[in-house]
Amino acid sequence: MRRRVAENLTAYGFLSAALVCFAVFSWYPIARGAVLGFQQADFVTDPAWVGWENFERLFADPLFATAWRNTLLFTALALVFGFVVPFLLAVVLNELRHLKAYFRLVVYLPVMLPPVVAALIWKWMYDPGPGLLNTALRGLGLEGAAWLDSADTSMLSLVIVSTWANLGTATLIYLAALQGIPGDLYEAAELDGANVLRRLWHVTVPQTRFVLLVLLLLQVVATMQVFTEPYVMTGGGPEDSTVTVLLLLYRYAFYYNDFGTASALSLLLLLVLGAFTALYLRVTRKADA
Amino acid sequence: MRTLIAPGRHRAGYYVALAVTTVVLTAVFVVPLVWVALSAMKPAVELARVPPTVLPRTWTPGTYAEAWDLMDLGRYFLNTIVVAVGVWAVQLAVDVPAAYALSRLKPVLGKGILGMMLLTLMMPAAVLLVPTYLTIADLGLLNNPLALWLLGAANAFTVFLLKRFFDQLPVEVLEAARIDGAGQLTLLWRIVLPLSRPILAVVSIFAVVAAWKDFIWPLLVFSDPARQTLSVALQRFAPDTPVNLLLAGLVLSSVPMIGLFLVFQRHVLAGLTAGSVKG
Repeated sequence: MRRRVAENLTAYGFLSAALVCFAVFSWYPIARGAVLGFQQADFVTDPAWVGWENFERLFADPLFATAWRNTLLFTALALVFGFVVPFLLAVVLNELRHLKAYFRLVVYLPVMLPPVVAALIWKWMYDPGPGLLNTALRGLGLEGAAWLDSADTSMLSLVIVSTWANLGTATLIYLAALQGIPGDLYEAAELDGANVLRRLWHVTVPQTRFVLLVLLLLQVVATMQVFTEPYVMTGGGPEDSTVTVLLLLYRYAFYYNDFGTASALSLLLLLVLGAFTALYLRVTRKADA
Repeated sequence: MRTLIAPGRHRAGYYVALAVTTVVLTAVFVVPLVWVALSAMKPAVELARVPPTVLPRTWTPGTYAEAWDLMDLGRYFLNTIVVAVGVWAVQLAVDVPAAYALSRLKPVLGKGILGMMLLTLMMPAAVLLVPTYLTIADLGLLNNPLALWLLGAANAFTVFLLKRFFDQLPVEVLEAARIDGAGQLTLLWRIVLPLSRPILAVVSIFAVVAAWKDFIWPLLVFSDPARQTLSVALQRFAPDTPVNLLLAGLVLSSVPMIGLFLVFQRHVLAGLTAGSVKG
């Protein structure tokens, strides 16, 4: 009995620093965020309860709908590129038996760059005049684009940067999953007369279904919180075409010092992302069982 | 091993695919970086030329030194190192004993505590931006790297990875040391840590890389320009710095991470799959 108490004391001694850090920087902020959404809070006066006023202010802001539309567009485009491309790339890389180490190194290189550096490099490459991108396009006999300078292409441009910078992670995770597929499955499928595309669809995809689904969900949650690229590259322009939910949240909090409305927006974001997180939990739980 | 396409078949096709992949991946991922590093050595006038020159017509490698001085990069490097090393040290000092306690000492409520920690992983980072910022402000930690160190220590993923590793350590070794009269602290320091080198390497690299790449938290915490990290300072300088100097600054600030990757490539990539899926 006494031994058990002593062991618990030691254990909590070991845990104490972590408990304080989590309490102050995770658990307390979670509760505080929920409360703040219904308060009027700036740095100057004491916070006061305002009911749903913060939410009403958000709904009345024309940028609110714009920000959600832009964020959904970013997420959708990011999935088209950031989900499909790494998978196909991993499938190709898995077939190649030469230069394996080089390919791995190369796709992961941009992941090591600080996102601000990647954003600033691309901002310069997007320059419609001497920029590398339009130069390359003109070299191929194509017409260059206005990229960040036009509301039509600005969001697409941000998606390209974010895909370029992050694709290495997904590619290498898929590659690891592909290597776990037993070779006889392909063998058997081939004997049954399945061609390459059918083997890809009936063997590769089902065998990696779990990893694909998990990365898909994580990617949705991550891309809906996009901030660095629009903040650094466009500031939300041109014509508000790249104002994302997080950029709007940042403006409310740190331009207008309206922490209540910013928190209300956080809660709405949590509601949306919570759905995906719950799905993610279900998927991973099922796999554990 | 057998993959989608049987090896040895379609010889020519294979080499075409290999060549195309090599060219495309190099063009997409390597050329831009080389292009930036080369362009930084062109004078500003040459950089504005359409179409651009491939190799610098006039080599000005001195731009790198000039950028270093003009933007006072030494200061921002130091600030970033202070943040990254601090995050690493504090995260290990806080999370290793915690994970060890949860894994081996199994205290009352231990499962509940782990659950509460893992719950924070499900919380999108953006949702906690405002309340965490206000908490940091209340504690008087704005413009203090300590804010980022402590924030980094509340990392459930690190606790989870460490705990899972400690769970798999052979019981016999620990029991033997216990019988020899070693206290838990000695046990952790002398026996467990040396056995845990692989996971400590993974966690350390994660911590340093994440801290170096982080943008939004340093942006919020360091309003004082003299304390900012490289990322925050570079985006502040970007609008009114001559392009060649800015490019040189971007290259210089990426060198440590690229170097780290080249040296510890095996660990970085192992960590990617060791954490199974969560990046």
